[in-house]
Amino acid sequence: MKKMQLEICCGTTCYMLGANRLLNIENEMPSDLRGKTDVRALPCMGLCNEKELAGAPYVKLNGHVIENATAEKIYAKMRELLEA
Amino acid sequence: MIDGSVFLRRELMIRFVRAFNNGSLETELDRFPVEMRPRQGNSSRCCIYHDRAVIKYRLMNLLGFSCEEETDEARTLASYYREAMTREKPADITGRLPLSVCEAGCSECPSSQVVITGNCRGCFSRPCMYNCPKGAISVVNQVSTIDYTKCIKCGKCTSVCPYHAIVKTTVPCETACPTGAIHKDNDGHTRINGEKCISCGKCFAKCPFSAILERSQLLDVLKALKNGEKVVAMLAPALMSQDAGPIEQLFTAVSRLGFTDVIEVALGAEETTAAEAAEFREKMNAGEKLMTTSCCPAYVELVRKFIPDFRQYVSTTPSPMVFAAGIARRKHPGCKVVFVGPCVAKRVEACRNGIDWVLSFEELFAMLAGKNIDVISCEPWPIPRPAIDRARNFAKSCGVTEAVISELGGFADDFKLEAKAIDGIDRKTVTTLKMYASGKLPANFLEVMCCQGGCVNGPCSLRK
Repeated sequence: MKKMQLEICCGTTCYMLGANRLLNIENEMPSDLRGKTDVRALPCMGLCNEKELAGAPYVKLNGHVIENATAEKIYAKMRELLEA
Repeated sequence: MIDGSVFLRRELMIRFVRAFNNGSLETELDRFPVEMRPRQGNSSRCCIYHDRAVIKYRLMNLLGFSCEEETDEARTLASYYREAMTREKPADITGRLPLSVCEAGCSECPSSQVVITGNCRGCFSRPCMYNCPKGAISVVNQVSTIDYTKCIKCGKCTSVCPYHAIVKTTVPCETACPTGAIHKDNDGHTRINGEKCISCGKCFAKCPFSAILERSQLLDVLKALKNGEKVVAMLAPALMSQDAGPIEQLFTAVSRLGFTDVIEVALGAEETTAAEAAEFREKMNAGEKLMTTSCCPAYVELVRKFIPDFRQYVSTTPSPMVFAAGIARRKHPGCKVVFVGPCVAKRVEACRNGIDWVLSFEELFAMLAGKNIDVISCEPWPIPRPAIDRARNFAKSCGVTEAVISELGGFADDFKLEAKAIDGIDRKTVTTLKMYASGKLPANFLEVMCCQGGCVNGPCSLRK
């Protein structure tokens, strides 16, 4: 199966507001999700300017933007996409 | 997810810098509280109005004023901004503290006490009652009850209860404070006692409401850079342990903020190492018993305020920050210097030693965020003369000791080096220091670091 693309914004704003905590997410994933994503750290995606600063940290999962990203939110979106 | 109070602090800093860069800070300042907590939105406290008040006071601190200085509650942030923009240098903090309690933000936690919770089953063996050294516990209506006139809060009962039904509540800032500087005044408001506070920042790091605020110099640095002044950024070695990127790229990122030059404080640490080792040899050869390090400013404050007699043992060698400032000023005559680090107490030391400004790592990164500078997109900076590893290790516990030992290695001396370290200042440290002074604890070289693990775990660290 094709892996999901998880892009973590590592612009300084996202980094300061929590992205630094998400970089190791692959190692912390529950067993049903592990190995199903390619995690990449990206330079600033510009979302904190376009959208809202306080929505940081931003991540994209297969192109879907997740605001105020937390590991739980990412897992939920992964499951949603897996079921679809 | 990061801590909510850390998030708020950083979000505010980034907004602050962005607005400054757009030239709209003066007009936006008074709008921030409302924009960040709009009427329809959620609040982090009881209501949006409380949140807005806290945001206002946080902004006051970012402008360089402590909440305690407020005399007119109706004074606008724009008015504070105008005053801040005309000051020549940030308020002198000698004799005053960099930290203060934000009354609006403080939850005024009830004093620490031992409490029997609803989980008590009124058991037959009653270990709480039999283990209480003061006979403060009795069983009334099948529930253990504490006589607070007798309780000494030793907490023995909390550990023996088989139902974990007894808890000892704490006040996080008071518990974190190693010198008993935090107390409640007669009105029940938490205050920091200036005579006891060593500016270690442990309360700042531990308050879950983030109600302890640091008087910032961010605006002063932003203003100087905007006016095209010659400013050199001196980056503390702890920056390399913040998971923020390779040092060469960090240098490029920081230089893009408009600094004339960026230098490693670790270069100053090399000079500190040499001077500290020389001072140690000289003192030991002169028959002295003990010398301690002096690069941790919170420790120096502890000695100054609590055991002035111990001062004779503290090395007189300047800290890496002071040496680094010398390097910067020789290279760029007439420049201003800003120390960037994870430390609150450095603000006090900087003030005493003519360092122009101090920024925290968080403030530096807010400046980067404000200019959309990403460390990972920056080209590596060709550092003309990188500091040696042992100097960069000053930020970790025992780093200073290792550097001094290797510096001493080349000499054959009559005395034998016996190095010990105090890794983290707590309430027992004063007693421990006295034991080293009297010889009850053996050592002739003592390293003292206020933060456990060293500066890398400083209160303004980015690793949160």
